Amino acid sequence: MTIESVDPDDVTAADILGSAIERREDPALITGDAEYTDDIQLADMAHMSVVRSQYGHARIEDVDTSEAEAMDGVVGVYTHDDLAREDTPGEAPFNLPVGWLLPSLNDVDHPILADGKVRYQGDAIAIVVAEQRYQAADAAGAVDVSYERLDAVTDPDEALSGDARQLHADADDNVAFDWEIGDAEKTAAAFEDASHTASIELTNQLVIPNAMEPRAAVADYHPGTDELEVFMTSQNPHLHRLLMSGVIGHPEHKLRVKAPEVGGGFGSKIHHYADETLVAWCSKLLDRPVKWTATRSETYQTDALGRGHETEAEIAMDDDGDVIGLRVDTRANLGAYLSTFAPAVPTYLYGTLLSGQYDIPAIHGHVTGAFTNVPPVDAYRGAGRPEASFVVERLMNRAAHEMGMDPAEFRRRNFVPDEAFPYETQVAVVYDSGEYEKPMDEALDLLDYEDFRDRQKEAREEGRYLGVGFSCYIEACGLAPSELAGQLGAQAGLWESSLVRFHPSGTVTAFCGTSGHGQGHATTYAQIVANELGVDYDDVEIVEGDTDEIPHGMGTYGSRSAAVGGSSLVKSARKVVDKAREIAAHSLEADPDDVEFENGEFRIVGAPDRSIGIQSVAEQAYLAHDMPDDMEPGLEATSFYDPDNFVFPFGTHAAIVEVDPETGEIEFEKYVAVDDVGNQINPKIVEGQIHGGVAQGVGQALYEGAEYDDNGTLLTGSMQDYAVPKAEHVPEMDTASTVTPSPHNPLGVKGVGEAGTIAAPQAIVNAVTDALEPFGVDHIEMPMTPERVWRAVDASATADGGHDPEDGTADGGDR
Amino acid sequence: MTEHDITLTVNGTEHDLTVEARTLLAHALRDELGYTGTNIGCESSLCGACTVHLDGEAVKSCTALAVQADGAEIRTVEGLADGDELHAIQRAFQEEHGLQCGYCTPGMMMTSVELLKENPNPTREEIREGLEGNLCRCTGYQNIVNAVENAAESLRSGAVADGGTVADDPTADDPTTTDGGESK
Repeated sequence: MTIESVDPDDVTAADILGSAIERREDPALITGDAEYTDDIQLADMAHMSVVRSQYGHARIEDVDTSEAEAMDGVVGVYTHDDLAREDTPGEAPFNLPVGWLLPSLNDVDHPILADGKVRYQGDAIAIVVAEQRYQAADAAGAVDVSYERLDAVTDPDEALSGDARQLHADADDNVAFDWEIGDAEKTAAAFEDASHTASIELTNQLVIPNAMEPRAAVADYHPGTDELEVFMTSQNPHLHRLLMSGVIGHPEHKLRVKAPEVGGGFGSKIHHYADETLVAWCSKLLDRPVKWTATRSETYQTDALGRGHETEAEIAMDDDGDVIGLRVDTRANLGAYLSTFAPAVPTYLYGTLLSGQYDIPAIHGHVTGAFTNVPPVDAYRGAGRPEASFVVERLMNRAAHEMGMDPAEFRRRNFVPDEAFPYETQVAVVYDSGEYEKPMDEALDLLDYEDFRDRQKEAREEGRYLGVGFSCYIEACGLAPSELAGQLGAQAGLWESSLVRFHPSGTVTAFCGTSGHGQGHATTYAQIVANELGVDYDDVEIVEGDTDEIPHGMGTYGSRSAAVGGSSLVKSARKVVDKAREIAAHSLEADPDDVEFENGEFRIVGAPDRSIGIQSVAEQAYLAHDMPDDMEPGLEATSFYDPDNFVFPFGTHAAIVEVDPETGEIEFEKYVAVDDVGNQINPKIVEGQIHGGVAQGVGQALYEGAEYDDNGTLLTGSMQDYAVPKAEHVPEMDTASTVTPSPHNPLGVKGVGEAGTIAAPQAIVNAVTDALEPFGVDHIEMPMTPERVWRAVDASATADGGHDPEDGTADGGDR
Repeated sequence: MTEHDITLTVNGTEHDLTVEARTLLAHALRDELGYTGTNIGCESSLCGACTVHLDGEAVKSCTALAVQADGAEIRTVEGLADGDELHAIQRAFQEEHGLQCGYCTPGMMMTSVELLKENPNPTREEIREGLEGNLCRCTGYQNIVNAVENAAESLRSGAVADGGTVADDPTADDPTTTDGGESK
């Protein structure tokens, strides 16, 4: 169903939480008024362009900058040697740090400009600064780099085989880490006891995030004050400030990182890249503003990739169809270097989700991280959780088939039961709350499932192939309790900070350390704060994304903003109300314990006519003419909110597709998304997040994939070659919700940004294999292009002697 | 590099400027004239973020040269609204939550306006086909399709006081209204 938007003027503060009000971000965005990074023009601004490796793996013999330096408008050309010079800013080694450590991690050097070697196509070798944008690009093209080419490897299994060329001297056999979770022995025993097992081998392909706005940065150094301002496409300005400060040696308190309007991220703007850091370094070197904006080709070559798993997995069942064990072995492609959060993605964000929605008594996961000659691989929408859900839900399909059970009913019998929450899995997490049957039931209703199976049968008789696929996904978000994150290797706390400030006139500014880039935080956070303080929504302004304005912050990723940032705002607002209550009691000549607060009014309990509004209290707090003894003037509060646990959204997505075995084409008949993301602050925005997430999942299932040749050359380096789904490629989505509040946070929210992307791919693959069951096709790798589908049908037909499924001899093939 | 003196009329305001032969229209609009509402996403005509109207037709300004637009009337997202009165397509995008990060939105709206000029009552499928040259990575397109339907209905019913001039010629714009450009 489509949720109708609501005019915020029609909603009171008491009712605004949960209201589908229109976004306040939109007027600037629909009129061209919004300012993105590349829109910023500063006086005397120079432009930077990056000279990048043409090859996937090579030693650099020489970099000749003389021709470039002589060109019109060129200010300077710089290589790694220039970074290390004594008369240029900062001190060696100019390496990008990794923000998540594992005990077995090979923490290799990641120089911001190549130090004698390049390890992926696009690796930065030199930078050119010129007066104008085109001049910088021209001069970058004139830098002459001599290479000695080396063998490249792009596949993690090949990289780890022992036969591949090693990327880093201190990472033997290209092993980045070796990691496991769960109980190997107990799981082996479960498989020995099993009466049925099923297994799968699959690839979760590399994908390119493709935020519509390319990465960009403008740096402006002020030598008089030693202040360095960096405006950049960031999902987490405070984190970027901290990391950048270390790399270029500029003090954190004199570095301002501001994210202007940011045109999407999906993870790609979390990470700390070389380019933005180099812009800052150039501005400091040249004492003038410098801008760099990635071309789309550069985003394809340098934005951190997502996914990239090779996996074997198996599942064990008892006679009744209860799952008793699950075992997974994955080789994760980490690319050429360790990106900011890369080690966490295929480990703690993947292995901890291998229980899915199911009560599985024994699980073991083993992951080997591999260095390869592709760009660094890091968090992309979902980050580890889509890969886990893909494995679990593909296996559940195989298992149901093995048991001869309906895939929906097989899942249902294995769900963690409602009464088991909080539920501790065998992979180190405790699910907060869940009612897993509800979304499943709703999805079955929306699909008209009983009727579908009849229709499927009839269609097959007519030579048409319909299939249904389920995905009962679980997601961990609201990253995270800091103590736990620290135990797992995070080099940062994962709290969130906010400041709620009343102005003397009674209006409010709330500052939060998250950094939205399309999620509508200015709207939803104002809903939260208006509701807590009982003031008009229009009286609340939200500020995000600027280290100079916001005390601290950890940023927006991992679907954490509402659960952690929103909760921090509640905490700050409640502190403000507590102080205001004291002032109100003083003014009403009552004991604070006798003063109640409702809808923005403080009232004496039992004497409702004696009251004062919180906005009047704010005025008094700043006048400070008559304050309670020992109370400071002013009315504002800061808080750091550290969650007790992750939150665990869940849901059931299901697709009905029709597959043409003659052409390999897949058509959606229906896509159903039933999600439980806890309480919803703004259902319209929730729905939009689901839509967008599903579209990216559809992209991965059917269209997208980063392809490299044997030399590490990107073959899908433009929007012509890499298929970002268009409007006609994405199905109409039928969305619905159930609501199971999280008990961990004051809003009862879970998180919604990644749900659709986590859920969709396996729903679609399961639907396609269901459709092609008569041909014995039970797996097709993503993206399921018509060619791959056709080849799968063709291969199965050949394998079993070319039986036509319509002649009644098809037996489901070999599985 | 050869330079050319050209005249661009943007949202009703005439601008004289000197550009290199290779200067892209998108860069002339953004960097030279300050119409930064037109975004650049791919420099290759594939994403549509930079779509503007050139003499009434939707074109991708990242692959048109500024010199090709010499003497032309250009309408950008800054020229969609009539003063404070939003165009029907702008209102519809807001009402239907047809945007998230907003980066593709100017181009998406400019294409939609042309689409509705050609076909005032499109089916959902026709809308999806009509938007094939514009990519959005945030919304999953469903609410964009809703927005275009919504705007089509508003425009057909004439409910929109003045924004109903989808087919209008940018020369008809009141040159005294703010045109979104920044003086350099």
